[in-house]
Amino acid sequence: MKAHCSSPGETGETGSPHPPGPRSPLHQKHLDLGSGLGRSSSWTCCSSSSQIMGVRKSPLQTIGEEQTQNPYTELLVLKAHHDIVRFLVQLDDYRFASAGDDGIVVVWNAQTGEKLLELNGHTQKITAIITFSSLGSCEEKNQLILTASADRTVIVWDGDTARQVQRISCFQSTVKCLTVLQRLDVWLSGGNDLCVWNRKLDLLCKTSHLSDTGISALVEIPKKCVVAAVGKELIIFRLVAPTGGSLEWDILEVKRLLDHQDNILSLINVNDLSFVTGSHIGELIIWDALDWTMQAYERNFWDPSPQLDTQQEIKLCQKSNDISIHHFTCDEENVFAAVGRGLYVYNLQMKRVIACQKTAHDSNVLHIAKLPNRQLISCSEDGSVRIWELREKQQLAAEPVPTGFFNMWGFGRVNKQASQPVKKQQENATSCSLELIGDLIGHSSSVEMFLYFEDHGLVTCSADHLIILWKNGERESGLRSLRLFQKLEENGDLYLAV
Amino acid sequence: MISAPDVVAFTKEEEYEEEPYNEPALPEEYSVPLFPFASQGANPWSKLSGAKFSRDFILISEFSEQVGPQPLLTIPNDTKVFGTFDLNYFSLRIMSVDYQASFVGHPPGSAYPKLNFVEDSKVVLGDSKEGAFAYVHHLTLYDLEARGFVRPFCMAYISADQHKIMQQFQELSAEFSRASECLKTGNRKAFAGELEKKLKDLDYTRTVLHTETEIQKKANDKGFYSSQAIEKANELASVEKSIIEHQDLLKQIRSYPHRKLKGRDLCPGEMEHIQDQASQASTTSNPDESADTDLYTCRPAYTPKLIKAKSTKCFDKKLKTLEELCDTEYFTQTLAQLSHIEHMFRGDLCYLLTSQIDRALLKQQHITNFLFEDFVEVDDRMVGKQESIPSKPSQDRPPSSSLEECPIPKVLISVGSYKSSVESVLIKMEQELGDEEYKEVEVTELSSVDPQENLDYLDMDMKGSISSGESIEVLGTEKSTSVLSKSDSQASLTVPLSPQVVRSKAVSHRTISEDSIEVLSTCPSEALIPDDFKASYPSAINEEESYPDGNEGAIHFQASISPPELGESEEGSVENTPSQIDSSCCIGKESDGQLVLPSTPAHTHSDEDGVVSSPPQRHRQKDQGFRVDFSMENANPSSRDNSCEGFPAYELDPSHLLASRDISKTSLDNYSDTTSYVSSVASTSSDRIPSAYPAGLSSDRHKKRAGQNALKFIRQYPFAHPAIYSLLSGRTLVVLGEDETIVRKLVTALAIFVPSYGCYAKPVKHWASSPLHIMDFQKWKLIGLQRVASPAGAGTLHALSRYSRYTSILDLDNKTLRCPLYRGTLVPRLADHRTQIKRGSTYYLHVQSMLTQLCSKAFLYTFCHHLHLPTHDKETEELVASRQASFLKLTLGLVNEDVRVVQYLAELLKLHYMQESPGTSHPMLRFDYVPSFLYKI
Repeated sequence: MKAHCSSPGETGETGSPHPPGPRSPLHQKHLDLGSGLGRSSSWTCCSSSSQIMGVRKSPLQTIGEEQTQNPYTELLVLKAHHDIVRFLVQLDDYRFASAGDDGIVVVWNAQTGEKLLELNGHTQKITAIITFSSLGSCEEKNQLILTASADRTVIVWDGDTARQVQRISCFQSTVKCLTVLQRLDVWLSGGNDLCVWNRKLDLLCKTSHLSDTGISALVEIPKKCVVAAVGKELIIFRLVAPTGGSLEWDILEVKRLLDHQDNILSLINVNDLSFVTGSHIGELIIWDALDWTMQAYERNFWDPSPQLDTQQEIKLCQKSNDISIHHFTCDEENVFAAVGRGLYVYNLQMKRVIACQKTAHDSNVLHIAKLPNRQLISCSEDGSVRIWELREKQQLAAEPVPTGFFNMWGFGRVNKQASQPVKKQQENATSCSLELIGDLIGHSSSVEMFLYFEDHGLVTCSADHLIILWKNGERESGLRSLRLFQKLEENGDLYLAV
Repeated sequence: MISAPDVVAFTKEEEYEEEPYNEPALPEEYSVPLFPFASQGANPWSKLSGAKFSRDFILISEFSEQVGPQPLLTIPNDTKVFGTFDLNYFSLRIMSVDYQASFVGHPPGSAYPKLNFVEDSKVVLGDSKEGAFAYVHHLTLYDLEARGFVRPFCMAYISADQHKIMQQFQELSAEFSRASECLKTGNRKAFAGELEKKLKDLDYTRTVLHTETEIQKKANDKGFYSSQAIEKANELASVEKSIIEHQDLLKQIRSYPHRKLKGRDLCPGEMEHIQDQASQASTTSNPDESADTDLYTCRPAYTPKLIKAKSTKCFDKKLKTLEELCDTEYFTQTLAQLSHIEHMFRGDLCYLLTSQIDRALLKQQHITNFLFEDFVEVDDRMVGKQESIPSKPSQDRPPSSSLEECPIPKVLISVGSYKSSVESVLIKMEQELGDEEYKEVEVTELSSVDPQENLDYLDMDMKGSISSGESIEVLGTEKSTSVLSKSDSQASLTVPLSPQVVRSKAVSHRTISEDSIEVLSTCPSEALIPDDFKASYPSAINEEESYPDGNEGAIHFQASISPPELGESEEGSVENTPSQIDSSCCIGKESDGQLVLPSTPAHTHSDEDGVVSSPPQRHRQKDQGFRVDFSMENANPSSRDNSCEGFPAYELDPSHLLASRDISKTSLDNYSDTTSYVSSVASTSSDRIPSAYPAGLSSDRHKKRAGQNALKFIRQYPFAHPAIYSLLSGRTLVVLGEDETIVRKLVTALAIFVPSYGCYAKPVKHWASSPLHIMDFQKWKLIGLQRVASPAGAGTLHALSRYSRYTSILDLDNKTLRCPLYRGTLVPRLADHRTQIKRGSTYYLHVQSMLTQLCSKAFLYTFCHHLHLPTHDKETEELVASRQASFLKLTLGLVNEDVRVVQYLAELLKLHYMQESPGTSHPMLRFDYVPSFLYKI
């Protein structure tokens, strides 16, 4: 027997992921395989948002099949939806709910993948979902799930029994966002106007008609204020709770911020003092949450690397959605932005981008999340989920492109291209780098969102109607052993010689 | 009843001797006698060598009141099987030993005829000259037109191997009882129906007579009755009486099960069986409904006939065939059961015993046995039962073989039966005879692990020795004297034994039931017969001496007339000529005229059975009437597997349906390599019957073929090891190819290495043509994938490359394999390409034994507490992990990737153990991020 191959991934542990040495023979061999598997022509003609194509047309960072740092070695496919699954929301330590275009909400056990409940009530796709868990103040400790749908209703569910608590159908427009103000024990629905509701589902107050496009994002900021993104504008509302003077709730428009040039796509709180917005044309603005002034402004995400290649690259796909900011996540120091196909790390103190990965995915990044252990997870329209690690740059030589099996379809061009972004980054003063440490391939269509459970792994939902539960295989194995011995004990089959 | 053994003496093989038995044209002194059975593949020491038939078969005979004992049919229904064996003679022999046949008649104390519900009797009988030994199961069926309303039948399992019959007695008895129960249930139903009709006739006759009498009364209003009128009145009276009698009979037949069940001891083992009976009974014998509705729907307009007075018994009347007696449906069932029996006991005794022990042991390993064992095989009885239920439209519940039957087959620990029969012989015969057998007994005793069971056997033995004096005889030969002793034993058997005997399982149950065991073993040399035995049975010994050789002994019988011939011709006429219907005698017969050979309906019905009883998840295609394709497919073990893969949801996948439709197109070439097999199915009609029993049919051939192909794969492909490693470690192997036949063949072969998730079919998909999806990798561990050259195939290949981390890809067209590296030592032992093993079945066994070893390692690993959990609180996870590693490496001796195999199996074991409701969900997909390599030849 002859193994016509050398290991493509044996270099993963070293600082530089892949020495360039054995590459060309490797490709030669992989080409053999390509023809072996697919009569070669059929491979190349296949196209879609996959990595294979990405390798050729852009310096997409890829990782080989050997991913020593990728903990997810077990997966469970959950199937209950009949259409795109767009939303995942965590209910408690082990449960989550999924919702999507088929209008149903499914509650799952994140540990076993068991389908716990199915909530049927909406006739059209669900546009927003949020949980409203009562705090200690309330006697009844039940978890409510609020769902808004394109059928212009909001339904409140009991998350434990699948009971439909109440259905509100007095909306003039589709509710596009929901937010809960825990401190005031009210929730807000944002459509073409903004309504404030209390826990008992009484309409407390509402604004006038704001815009036909409606509110796209809504967050709470200090001083009983909320900020809503309406088109290019940010509108700040203040809620007036009933006090001794007035018994009525009221909501007042306080300020309009008009600094964005284009539609605001994303809006989140960074901390108590600031929030961040991102627009369609790649403007990132950090605002002071107290006086609503601009703290920082970052635009033109291609600027940090003004190299010829990249310029061309960007010109090639100068369409605005390539730099639109879809999603943010942040920790104490940094704001992480999903900009087009890339990922950017913006340091709040230094007020500049400290690390970036211009083409993190083949296609737009839809959702990102920061894990506690300096890891960043991103999912994209290309159907993949990638795990990144933010590393301090210690050495100048960093070659971010490990080659794997997929490179065989790159037909040798990879070498040249792969090394280019490295140089750019080196010349630039970015002090950190995002290293790809693993990717999760499972969905066959765009991954809309994911949810991270500390104990149970990662849940991803996708346009292919599936939800995949990614788990740490080793840990699961240990847990299974534990349960096995527990069951043995229950059955009386276990006799411990103490 | 004719005293049968007397007849034996005069009907011995006459033309048998005259038949050119073997060809030798050479002068006698030059001819070296050829080993006569070489052509049948028998080895010289085969037990068959003395017999005149090639393999075991089942014979159904009837003691016809018109022609005497006659063979009705054999299973398999193939003349090759019984060859020159004289069925007629043997029928005579086996019918002759039934002494329990009861007659309905007017018992002295009662006014009406009374039905006796007799237990079947079970007898072992041997015939040294024929080289045949038989387990004979006698039963009586009711027939309104028969003498005394009974028709004695018997089913015999005929084998050349005496030990087989003796040692499998228990199993044979159980299986045949099931068949007999089926027949009898059908018969009761039919009999009740017949009675109903008869009653209607009588009623009608009464009305007619009554009217006539009235008319006559009116016609002559003188004070006296004419002789005519008196005659009428008498007739009327006799009709009235007849009505009462028949009503009584009807009541009796309907009350059967209740009466029977109450009187019966409920053995734990028999419990289900009885319940089953009861449930059957409740339907079949439920007053009126079942029988009536059935009757009326079958013949909606039954017009009662006038019954002539003094209908004489006519001897040229046509007796009902067995099928008519038992209701076609039940008859078919019985045939299916019988051919199941034939399959079950096929082969050498050693093989049977080994496989029984094997099964018993396997059952003990319930934690690990699901991994690699054919579960179809382990639970074959259950599966068979489920499938054998006819889905033909019928108002009744399907008969006999039903779901309530113990889901796990009765533990066929051969030791029990083995001992029971042999031991009891030993009691009589002492050491000389039994020496060698005795050793065997010891061996088996040792091998039976369970002390409780041993206790039971001891218990049973004691019981045996107590009752053996009466119940068991060992008769030297089949001499007429045996009748005497038989009658003795009969007398003794009727003495009820104490109920406590029930404890000692079925073996002793046999003794307390009315059944008797007769061991009419024929010992050719008297040396085997101990002296004290000789003393007690002098006549037997004398005869033995006078006919030291069977052939010589036959001379004495030559002068006799030949009832066999008579029987044959009679049988022929019965079967082939349209019956002469005498309406006065054979009232139930009006629909006939289209009598068929008894075996033919069985054939067609079983075929139909196969179609309708196919599990619901099979391809839709079959419903559309591709009868031929279906049978081909059914015949092929690989596609059988395919059709029982338990994921109906997936099967409904339109693309998959599309794929399966292709089968019809390609089935011919596809299975061309199994032509011999198919043709054998076609040739032996009874082979088709067990389509209801797929396991028994497919498993052996399947194993052999799979083993052969796997062996071929290992020899042909140098990279077989990593491929097998992929399968063992749970990484899906995709076999990619253009030719479906080749792909399917290889997939079937490789499936023997695939660990199962649970008690269901292996996670193997034999043929897929649509692009694979992540779900597929979670579900299937071995997939045959169609390579489509057209652009449409691009999607398939694209998906394959996208999910390449979950799969190993074996490209049959280019002879390449892409999969992770394997450097272990396990697979080379499992699949050595230089192996000396030549035969597929041997290799299959080799694989099984290796895998069993592997399973035990996995078991050890899984259930060692300290390997997975910290022994005390302070222990870190790393410590546990290192302990795990060292255990795997040092204790289990696993190197490199072998560890992964055991770990994967351990995960499956854990999941299986914890699963509350097995089979509800698929296990998660586990994978590793390891680089793959490309292997080429």
